[in-house]
Amino acid sequence: MRPRTGTLVAAGTPAQRPAGARLLTLDRQGTITVLPRRDWTGLVWKGDLVVANDAATLPASLRATHRPSGRAVEIRLAARRTLRPDDLVFDAVLLGEGDHRTRTEDRAAPPAMAAGDALAIPGTRLSASVIEVLDHPRFVRLAFDGSPPEFWSALGRAGRPVQYAHVPEPLALWDVWTVIAGPPVAFEPPSAGFLLDWASVAAIRSRGADFATLTHAAGLSSTGDPVLDARLPLPEPYRIPERTAALVRETRARGGRIIAIGTTVVRALEHAAAHGLLEDRSPLGASGTFASTADQRLGSGTQRAVVDVLVSGTHAPGTSHHELLRAFVPDPLLDRVDRALAGARFRTHEFGDSVWIESRLPSPWNARPRGPR
Amino acid sequence: MKITEVDRTDNSEAHPLAGARAVVTGGTSGLGLALVRALRSAGAEVAFVARTPARVAEVARETGATGIVADVANKRDVHRIALEVGASVGRDGALDLLVNNASSLGPVPLRPLGDTDCEDLEAALAANLLGPFRLTKTLLGPLAAGGRSGRPSVVLNVSSDAARGAYPGWGAYGASKAGLAHLSAIWDAELAAEGVRVLSIDPGDMDTPLHERALPGSDRASLPRPGEAARALLAAVATVRGQVRS
Ligand SMILES: NC(=O)c1ccc[n+]([C@@H]2O[C@H](COP(=O)([O-])OP(=O)(O)OC[C@H]3O[C@@H](n4cnc5c(N)ncnc54)[C@H](OP(=O)(O)O)[C@@H]3O)[C@@H](O)[C@H]2O)c1
Repeated sequence: MRPRTGTLVAAGTPAQRPAGARLLTLDRQGTITVLPRRDWTGLVWKGDLVVANDAATLPASLRATHRPSGRAVEIRLAARRTLRPDDLVFDAVLLGEGDHRTRTEDRAAPPAMAAGDALAIPGTRLSASVIEVLDHPRFVRLAFDGSPPEFWSALGRAGRPVQYAHVPEPLALWDVWTVIAGPPVAFEPPSAGFLLDWASVAAIRSRGADFATLTHAAGLSSTGDPVLDARLPLPEPYRIPERTAALVRETRARGGRIIAIGTTVVRALEHAAAHGLLEDRSPLGASGTFASTADQRLGSGTQRAVVDVLVSGTHAPGTSHHELLRAFVPDPLLDRVDRALAGARFRTHEFGDSVWIESRLPSPWNARPRGPR
Repeated sequence: MKITEVDRTDNSEAHPLAGARAVVTGGTSGLGLALVRALRSAGAEVAFVARTPARVAEVARETGATGIVADVANKRDVHRIALEVGASVGRDGALDLLVNNASSLGPVPLRPLGDTDCEDLEAALAANLLGPFRLTKTLLGPLAAGGRSGRPSVVLNVSSDAARGAYPGWGAYGASKAGLAHLSAIWDAELAAEGVRVLSIDPGDMDTPLHERALPGSDRASLPRPGEAARALLAAVATVRGQVRS
């Protein structure tokens, strides 16, 4: 439904921390406030833990030639079953001729694919073969040939980050890597992390809070195909380091808040908690760092157990990211938030304005008694 | 020397850099090659960078390190280096050591600043100052992650006595190395809280192709081997990493 006054606008300039960026905050009492986003660390309290996703964004878009037909296609790597760099099997969305200036929805269909078809990447010795056509003609599972070092070197040369029709300038990797980016496993940028810079990491620490990371393979947010989009988010592998899991436990035990920078952090932490992976397993001799795959959908009715505060980009109603907000905020309040965002003409998408959503945890994951603050 | 597998049978006293995840630029010659070899012998996981593909492949084969073909002076190559690092030694999200060793002498034969083209000064700054700045900045996430996990991670910027001494003829190189030394000092102060130490160390004269290009016809027998300097630099790194964070 289109709000009566104001509207969301797409942010079209690839600046991660534009001077005028704004932050809408919703506190536990339901009060909505709009602040300059650069002041966000002022909302962090002593004893809190800020958790961010350190995934670097893959140059996931590759021009290729479909060998059997000789036609050009764009491969958009969309998912992988593991975070391992030697795993060269990807699920990918294929697009036909055209480039990012055409809205994904309006792109031509790719040629028909069959298992065994080869896709060659021009300008490199890299090629991939179709292992199977998944449950949609544009959605395939691909295996790349060659050794992992050859693959990564060719991907770095030939791949581009997924481009957006609402950002006219071509995006380079430095536009889409957060300052903490490390393992290249994200298919689209974990863009809530764009608000982080090293001064804010220092500010978090000087406020008596802590900072930790996990790695979550953020997947494609939109394929331009309604049938495929309805399946999003795809399962996403993640890894939580020992130190991060321990800090989550300590923070919860002393009654501090877990502040998640981005929906991917929520998905990983809540998945881990729901599967008992955040428990202290050291008495069992198990190593603390673990990897798993988040396959749950978060939305209204989700019983969150870990994350108290979500910091996220501005998402329009109907998108999978917006759906996740319903795990934090009851619908009537979320409507108020959406109206406030539209009224203030908040900018959506990766390089837009942000929201800070506080919400009481419906079910405490950690039943241990809480110490004094 | 061919290292196929790191020897882990000697469990008397593990090398302080055993298991460390390291990146070395300029790893196919001189000091950089000696560092790659020494780190591999110590049991570290190593990725290295240089521009000449055949040499990169050779050194990768010899040492078992990951070879990355790239030019540290080229802005467009830096994220590609980080991508390949993240898909190899940085796969778990953390790095323990970055050595910015690759370096340009500036125009050779060496010449007075008055005879140095602006473009040649720019090229020296691009390789010796901007390159290390960009690569360090791009790898700062994994370096800070390494630093958070207990021991400080280290950025070692390879300096030169030309960073301090005003040697006629060494203007482009000396100015770029002086800039790098000061950048290192400021960054070290800023990053201490993140558990990242930034060192700038002069390895001293060494018998390498760079030395021969700078001072052709020197008495090579009188020059120390790069392997000796590599050992001294890694000892300095191990000392810093042994300092427990407050
Ligand atoms: N030798 C000495 O007496 C001496 C004294 C004081 C300080 N140093 C310092 O020690 C360091 C190592 O010097 P060295 O004597 O060992 O030099 P070297 O033998 O010439 O080796 C330089 C290495 O760096 C690579 N390299 C050069 N430019 C590069 C670029 N733009 N991008 C990527 N890789 C590049 C080279 O391979 P490619 O050419 O294939 O790229 C090679 O692997 C330098 O920082 C130097 O300033 C040396």
